[in-house]
Amino acid sequence: MSRLYGLLKSLVCVRLICSSLLLLALPLWAQAQAFVFTAIPDQDESRLQQRFGKVADYLSAQLGVEVQYIPVKSYAAAITAFRNNQVQLAWFGGLSGVQARRLVPGSQALAQGYEDQLFKTYFIAHQDAGLEQADELPAALKGKTFTFGSKGSTSGRLMPEFYLRQQFKSAPQALFSRVGFSGDHSRTIAQVQSGAYQVGAVNYAVWESELAAGKIDTNKVQVIWTTPTYPDYQWTIRGDVDQHFGVGFTDNVRKALLEMNDAELLASFPRLRFVPASNGDYEPIEATAKAIGLLD
Amino acid sequence: MKVSTKRWWPSHSSARRLNAVCLLMIGAAVLALLGVDFQRYPVDPWQELSRIGWGLLLPGWSEATTLIQALLQTVAFALLAVAVSTPLGLLLAMAFRWRLVRMLCAALRSVHELFWGLIFMQLFGISPLTGLLAIIVPFSGVFAKVFAEIFEQQSPLPARAAPKGASVFIRTLYTLIPQSWPALLSYTRYRFECALRSSAILGFIGLPTLGFHLETAFKQGQYSEAGALMWAFLLLIASIRWWLRPWLIVPYLIAAIWLLPDTIGFSDGGSLWRFVSVDIWPAALLAGDWHGLLHWFSVMFSQQVWPGVVQTLLLTQIAVVLTGFIVLFTYPFASRALVGPWLRWPGRFVLLVLRCTPEMVLAFVLLLLFGPSGLPVVLALALHNGGLIAFLVANASDAAFRSGQARADDPRGLTRYAYIETPRRLPALMAFLFYRWEVILRESAIMGILGVATLGFYIDSAFEEIRYDRAFLLIVVTALLNMLVDSLSRRMRGAFSQQTNIT
Repeated sequence: MSRLYGLLKSLVCVRLICSSLLLLALPLWAQAQAFVFTAIPDQDESRLQQRFGKVADYLSAQLGVEVQYIPVKSYAAAITAFRNNQVQLAWFGGLSGVQARRLVPGSQALAQGYEDQLFKTYFIAHQDAGLEQADELPAALKGKTFTFGSKGSTSGRLMPEFYLRQQFKSAPQALFSRVGFSGDHSRTIAQVQSGAYQVGAVNYAVWESELAAGKIDTNKVQVIWTTPTYPDYQWTIRGDVDQHFGVGFTDNVRKALLEMNDAELLASFPRLRFVPASNGDYEPIEATAKAIGLLD
Repeated sequence: MKVSTKRWWPSHSSARRLNAVCLLMIGAAVLALLGVDFQRYPVDPWQELSRIGWGLLLPGWSEATTLIQALLQTVAFALLAVAVSTPLGLLLAMAFRWRLVRMLCAALRSVHELFWGLIFMQLFGISPLTGLLAIIVPFSGVFAKVFAEIFEQQSPLPARAAPKGASVFIRTLYTLIPQSWPALLSYTRYRFECALRSSAILGFIGLPTLGFHLETAFKQGQYSEAGALMWAFLLLIASIRWWLRPWLIVPYLIAAIWLLPDTIGFSDGGSLWRFVSVDIWPAALLAGDWHGLLHWFSVMFSQQVWPGVVQTLLLTQIAVVLTGFIVLFTYPFASRALVGPWLRWPGRFVLLVLRCTPEMVLAFVLLLLFGPSGLPVVLALALHNGGLIAFLVANASDAAFRSGQARADDPRGLTRYAYIETPRRLPALMAFLFYRWEVILRESAIMGILGVATLGFYIDSAFEEIRYDRAFLLIVVTALLNMLVDSLSRRMRGAFSQQTNIT
């Protein structure tokens, strides 16, 4: 029996040593600083590492520093990484960009997609909901079931909620019999098409591309209203990169983004090309977010 | 065995006490039904469901390396997390007599792994450490609780033979651990499977595990890829017993450390202080504005905390009772004593699928079928947890069957189910159910797609809106609720703990 105890004791010891070694070793793996960026495309999130690895290679060649891409799953994670200086450059949505720039003083919007100057949201409805395409949001929306996209999305949450509140003077939760958050534009379309929700709000670009891909049955689901246009996705960079990577670095990054013309790289976002943007372009987004209580 | 001396119901036999507890739980669930919204909506799900079905039948994956890498990293995170949290849990279990330790453990357990992940992401960025801690912290709390319960069931006599001055640590090491070694090992093995699930799920917030790709594929309707990932995960779980051998653990751990992904671009850990001193407190408190604070708190309480608590409790109560019924109906089909050595395999397969399918996926399918309401929430929680508990109960039944001697006059079929197996398994079943009560409470967190505003829904919103002060308040409320449920289930289990046998 004493052998068994000995064995037990040594087992416990080995475990403790392993675990403490592990905890000690982990922080050492943090690497020397490269220029890191992240991006969450508004459609097709597959093979992020491969696709955006190529964008990193392009930026690296243009900027003359090591550039790495880090995939993230949510806007919240992207904002956190940006705030903690784990990434210095990020492809944000309209709202997440505003949130990130508020948290990191000095950071600035560099460039937006060509499409993002005049972005819009489609309200879509299932056939059985009995709603027709109209010039304004129909009063018959009251009492229907409704789904947004992800909670932090500009086109799937912020703008549609703003126009709902403007039209009906009440919170979506009071207007609809149920309000869900599908988490993604493709899910919104699938859920409205299947009738799980009667009405939904979706990024117009995702709708158009799924329509072109034949994934949408327009006998079942169709667009009933289009929001006015607003600015959306943009590249945002931290204010302190010039200190770390040399004077003029910010301008070089902007130049590299604006000059990106390889169709394969642009298809990852997917955008036609990038055009200049500034923090001021996103003031309407910030005001909207404040108006509906998403920002204090 | 020490039986709790304080009871608030009159009782003579453990069977009667068990019945009383069951009735109490069912009665509470029936009451909860009155307050919950189960409205059904007309739906037209077959196009989407058939695409999901074809995806599962014809899984496809173009890049084998990505899949294998994700599988290996899922295992690596789980192995390392269990290797660290087991000894931590053991140490905490030794101190479990102190209420403070029990409360601490209940608090650790009450936060969903995904939320721990989001919290540690504030401190350690997107890194392996964040992923590991997100599993280690809640798992230590779970190990502590279950190990302490296992210790409680051991004979106290050997400990009395220890020298007078021996510390709790020595006493536990030399008397309790040897006595309960098989139970500790078997629970740790089971917990490893749970860690694999957690590790996969943490991909949803950015760890490069299976969940990372599953979430993407599922979210974008690439069901054949989603199918491939689901099958890979099922095979991984189903084959644990063949690839997890004691002598392989040390090489595995070394390989796991080597397999962890690199941390990209995170070097300064300076955000810890900011997080605990600024981020998690309401701005009004930091500014010393008491009026503002009161306003903040009353708005939070009336709009999120109170409705969230009510919804969470109602749904949890119904889900727990429904889980119990699902277990009662499904475990016999996976039990050797009831359906025989071969016919139990289809049953076991169904249970494997149920417990390995993330609730998010279940909830989405059920949403397509029933429309948005509390119904898919309750069903998703009950199916997932029912599959898990039925598997454990069937295992216990099989273990008893193997060790016991079959007699010629043993009853079979329904008679055996009703008069032998179920009564023997019921105490353990109830113990599992009471433990899963907590789990269901925190899993109701991820049901935002269903438009059901549980506490977790608001926590998720707070993280998404970068309002950590709200997240912190809501997490504290969830933790308090969890401690309440924990102490309640502890007292209720006192009613039948003599036969409880945790495996």
